[in-house]
Amino acid sequence: MESDKPVKTESKAAGGELEAAGSGVKSNIKEEMALLKKKAAKENIREELENLKDPARTQIYKSIFRVKHEPTPRSRSLGVLTNVFLHLHPAKINRDATRFSYTWGMGGITFYLFIVLTFTGILLMFYYHPSKGQAYRDILYLESDVPFGKLLRNMHRWAAHLMVITTWLHMFRVVLTGSYKTPREFNWCVGVLLLVLTLLLSFTGYLLPDDQLGFWAVTVGTNMARGTPGLGHEGPFGPQLGMTPYNDVRFALLGGSIVDANALLRSYIWHCIAIPTIASVLMAVHFWRVRKDGGISGPAPIALTSEMKGPGARAVKQSVK
Amino acid sequence: MDWGQLWTIASAPDNVPIVALLFLVPFFTWMGFKQARANDRLAEKLEADPAMAKTHHRKTWPWKPHWSKEVHVWPFLLRVEFLATIIVTVLLFVWSITLNAPLEEPSNPNLTMNPSKAPWYFLGLQEMLVYFDPWIAGVVMPTLIIIGLMAFPYLDSNPLGVGYYTWKQRKVAVGAFCWGFVMWISLIVIGTFIRGPGWVWFWPGTTWDHNAAVYEVNRDLPVLLGIKTQPWQAVFGLVVVGAFYVAAGLLIHLLITWSKFEKKIFERTTMLQYLVFQFFAISILLSMPVKLLIRQVFRIKYVLLTPWFNI
Ligand code: HEM
Repeated sequence: MESDKPVKTESKAAGGELEAAGSGVKSNIKEEMALLKKKAAKENIREELENLKDPARTQIYKSIFRVKHEPTPRSRSLGVLTNVFLHLHPAKINRDATRFSYTWGMGGITFYLFIVLTFTGILLMFYYHPSKGQAYRDILYLESDVPFGKLLRNMHRWAAHLMVITTWLHMFRVVLTGSYKTPREFNWCVGVLLLVLTLLLSFTGYLLPDDQLGFWAVTVGTNMARGTPGLGHEGPFGPQLGMTPYNDVRFALLGGSIVDANALLRSYIWHCIAIPTIASVLMAVHFWRVRKDGGISGPAPIALTSEMKGPGARAVKQSVK
Repeated sequence: MDWGQLWTIASAPDNVPIVALLFLVPFFTWMGFKQARANDRLAEKLEADPAMAKTHHRKTWPWKPHWSKEVHVWPFLLRVEFLATIIVTVLLFVWSITLNAPLEEPSNPNLTMNPSKAPWYFLGLQEMLVYFDPWIAGVVMPTLIIIGLMAFPYLDSNPLGVGYYTWKQRKVAVGAFCWGFVMWISLIVIGTFIRGPGWVWFWPGTTWDHNAAVYEVNRDLPVLLGIKTQPWQAVFGLVVVGAFYVAAGLLIHLLITWSKFEKKIFERTTMLQYLVFQFFAISILLSMPVKLLIRQVFRIKYVLLTPWFNI
């Protein structure tokens, strides 16, 4: 009995609360309706629309970009520094470094071509099987049936050729401006590796259509590996060291003694996975080092022959350090 | 003149990059050397006028004292980069719409392509096969070129010319690189425009004759001189190659100590830098054209004969 009472009161109280809550909800809804009505007033809506006209003031924009886009030094610097893609750049650079005539834009264009190649390459991978017989048919299919397939293949091809050219021109520019000199020697070496990788990327891609052109180009190319001193079966000291067509470097490159299914698969993996990965890592190092070596080398004020320090200066400086 | 043949080669879609290269390399060389000349003139003027050298901003571009030396990346660099990506994209679209990537018959190991050429950027190596055995042309030379390029900054002891175009202050380094670059491109051009079926030399404008029988004279220098037995052929060859290295070394030494200024740079060069530079300059930059001459003009295939390899 005793225990009933409190329960009753409790349920009663609960009922009361519900009632109270019910009337509370009613009044709340009333209030909210009034608020909505107020918000729906013409001037309010106009103000909101007015705000939307300036996207930079929306919450969405602010959540993405964090800094205001204004022509002030602060906002311009932050715009670069707070953006993961743009922060490869410093906030400010040498006023003449933006001139086309100094860098020819070649490093940047090379990087852009690499991005284009990655993009078109991934799309091509959706249609391509790296197996004898199927590979060639996939190319035909791309050329005739896949929407924009021909454009896609052409673009991948020409961007690759262009990238080889721009890499050479970039290197040429670096030499002509003396940009490989201290403290950029190491970055030059990274660049040389990137050059080699660029050529290898192009070369491994050449075989993939599995047509006569690629087949014979790769045959000619890899036949040279037969002559590797000590490691090829036709190279100096190769036979003496036990090299045969079935165990030398060429065999390792092709996965066989002739350019066949294994060579196609190896080319494919080097071309689509291994080399792009290594190249991406090296590019990251390359760009990092451009920044750490003090940004691009110039255009610097010219030095005069008469200001050159004596021959001992360098040795002395190094020993002091 | 067989213009049709020339056109067939030049208009093959895969050869378009080489044709482009024939315009791009001279254009950028001109662009670089134009600035080099302007800078060299300015340097000359400032050398002659120390007072001016102290106050001058030392660039050929205009500058006013109240201008800031730096500009914001946003927008001044980013807009250039943006423009560049648009131009490259448009170019790629136009190129890809107008020219189709080649696709030959399915690969067939029993049907040799003639001529079967490497992709154009490796034609230099393939052309070298004519002058050297595969182990040199295909393995040693590329390795030396890569190592030589990587060593390049460490061999250049000239402190001048960082960050601006100049010729007068860096004749040796710029000259050596340009020599190699031009050689590389020349070999590619030979491989593309001149080598026809059977890798036979067809002057541009002559017809590629698939039945051209070439009487290949393959003479070896020791045999020509009557040395026909083994240890002597090897000994003779080593002496000739050694003599070539000495002569070439002297020539290069003369070139890199030509003027008073170059002598000053030479003083700064350590023995190690000097020897390594000589090695690469002789082995890559000189041996290639010399062997080309020996082969094309004197029709001599090998100078050094050993039981294991020939050079
Ligand atoms: C995949 C290939 C490459 C990419 C994407 C790349 C990209 C870049 C970029 C964006 C820059 C900034 C300045 C400019 O645009 O010129 C740069 C600078 C530089 N690159 Fe490369 N590069 C590549 C290959 C090379 C090669 C082959 C070399 C030399 C052998 C090289 C050596 C250098 C050096 C020394 C700098 C510093 C230049 C300076 O301070 O003025 N790079 N690279």
